[in-house]
Amino acid sequence: MPIALVDCNNFYVSCERVFNPKLEGKPVVVLSNNDGCAVARSNEVKELGVKMGEPWFKMEKMAKQHGIIALSSNYTLYGDMSARVMSILSEFSDQQEVYSIDECFLGLDGFAPEYLVEHGQKIRRAVRKQTGIPVCVGIADTKTLSKLANHCAKKGFAGSGGVCDFGRLSEAQISKLFGSIAVGEIWGVGRQIGTKLAVMGIETVEALRRADSEHIRQQFSVVVERTVKELNGIPCIELEEAGTPRQQIMVSRSFGQPVTALEDLSESVAYFATTAAEKLRKDGSMASSLCVFIRTNPFKEDEKQYNRSVVVPLSRPSADTAMIVSAAMAGLKQVFTAGFRYKKSGVLLMGLQDKDTVQADLFDQPIDQARSEARMRVMDKINKKMGKGSVTIAAVGVGQHWAMRRERKSPCYTSEWDELPVAR
Amino acid sequence: MNNPIQLLQTLRPALGVEPIHLPLFSDRVAAGFPSPADDYLERRLSLDEHLAPNKNSTFLVRARGNSMVGAGIFDGDLMVVDKGLNAQPGDIVVAVVDGEFTVKYLGLLNGLFCLKPANPRFQTTEFKEGQELEIWGVVTSTIKQFRR
Repeated sequence: MPIALVDCNNFYVSCERVFNPKLEGKPVVVLSNNDGCAVARSNEVKELGVKMGEPWFKMEKMAKQHGIIALSSNYTLYGDMSARVMSILSEFSDQQEVYSIDECFLGLDGFAPEYLVEHGQKIRRAVRKQTGIPVCVGIADTKTLSKLANHCAKKGFAGSGGVCDFGRLSEAQISKLFGSIAVGEIWGVGRQIGTKLAVMGIETVEALRRADSEHIRQQFSVVVERTVKELNGIPCIELEEAGTPRQQIMVSRSFGQPVTALEDLSESVAYFATTAAEKLRKDGSMASSLCVFIRTNPFKEDEKQYNRSVVVPLSRPSADTAMIVSAAMAGLKQVFTAGFRYKKSGVLLMGLQDKDTVQADLFDQPIDQARSEARMRVMDKINKKMGKGSVTIAAVGVGQHWAMRRERKSPCYTSEWDELPVAR
Repeated sequence: MNNPIQLLQTLRPALGVEPIHLPLFSDRVAAGFPSPADDYLERRLSLDEHLAPNKNSTFLVRARGNSMVGAGIFDGDLMVVDKGLNAQPGDIVVAVVDGEFTVKYLGLLNGLFCLKPANPRFQTTEFKEGQELEIWGVVTSTIKQFRR
């Protein structure tokens, strides 16, 4: 079955441009949490040589010189635009695997091979027209190949008009094309594996495709062997369709400035636990345990380092904010040690189960359970109506000294009544 | 998180396990006759569906200024804009002019598109041949609220 990988071009930058057309044609970079480093770059910025992950302080001078516009990440906006794009894409196939915020696989069963490119063009036009977001489409027989086809479409190596179907290329064309692409561009081949492959003389996609998969398995793992098979058009990685429930929920952030006091750390952990519990309820799940972690800044080599985590089992699966926050606080007290400058903390909810299939145990008190659910419904409702954080557990605090630095954030154009775009 | 995760079983009792109650019959049994209206239940009307049938391509934009008062669009009005629709002459559109959003009638003048205000105090913006007019979306309704 042919598989399409649809990937949004410079997604975060594209989202910003939809609502701020002034950014069109200008070098734009979106910075990570705390305005730390580049997480999205416009083509103009890429041409200036700014690398992904480059710290802002390193490019600040160059930014001034070239008029680079830097924006804080606006995940509320990107999340909404992503949901719109994915919903549109779902209309083009019964089999959709949303792979990340800006890319998804579509199974294209039943399409005539000669029609695939046209279908890809239709997909591009629909998303562009309805949301303003440009996308590229890669089509091939396996997920690994469709990722690669997408890369080729985006870079203009093959295909045309942002769509590349490997099925349209002859074996000789494929061979030549793959020979010109570095092995590191392959999905699942990281820097470590790439370096080791290079030592073995495997430097291009073509070389890996031609490699003996048996030998590769011995040298690496079944994972890399699978990649070799996929490059040869043998599907080994299945489409994971929507509905696969999340296994974990992670909420963590770096702090705007280092935090030393347990009180500040407690507020942040309580806040993350609250957010995680909200996500949990939205998914209709319950968590059976959670993990709290705190750490110092590993890049500050001159500072004393500390990095601890602890798993706290819940007495029974729960989605109750009060329960989850108190468990997280108990965990934090276990791992906290005074005298360090903490840079990051987080809460990870684990052992997620569907709330309707959680087994009742002897400790369960149905009335308490119903009360907890009712309480949480009211809390979620108020927060939805009055704004996030209107009602919360007292532990979250009100000052939030640890909050993220987001000095260059654009308005929430689609989620706040006061921040809608304006037309004269 | 490089460190091995410690399991803290000792925390379990600390997390508020309360006295044990054994639930025997926790579900209510439904008895009596079903409501005679049940067969006639239909979904309540939805403003979302009415105003924004294309939810993926619909955005809200705030109107500013007086250039469209003749069309009933006043300063501060909320406009429902569908990006997915193809604009036709006569539509009210949100267009991009010099990097800014503007709301005007899409007009045709001597075979070329133009943006026409609905207020004699404002001027029509004409586009020469080869000059690009970027339509951002089509205004499908405006929402005026008199009190909340």
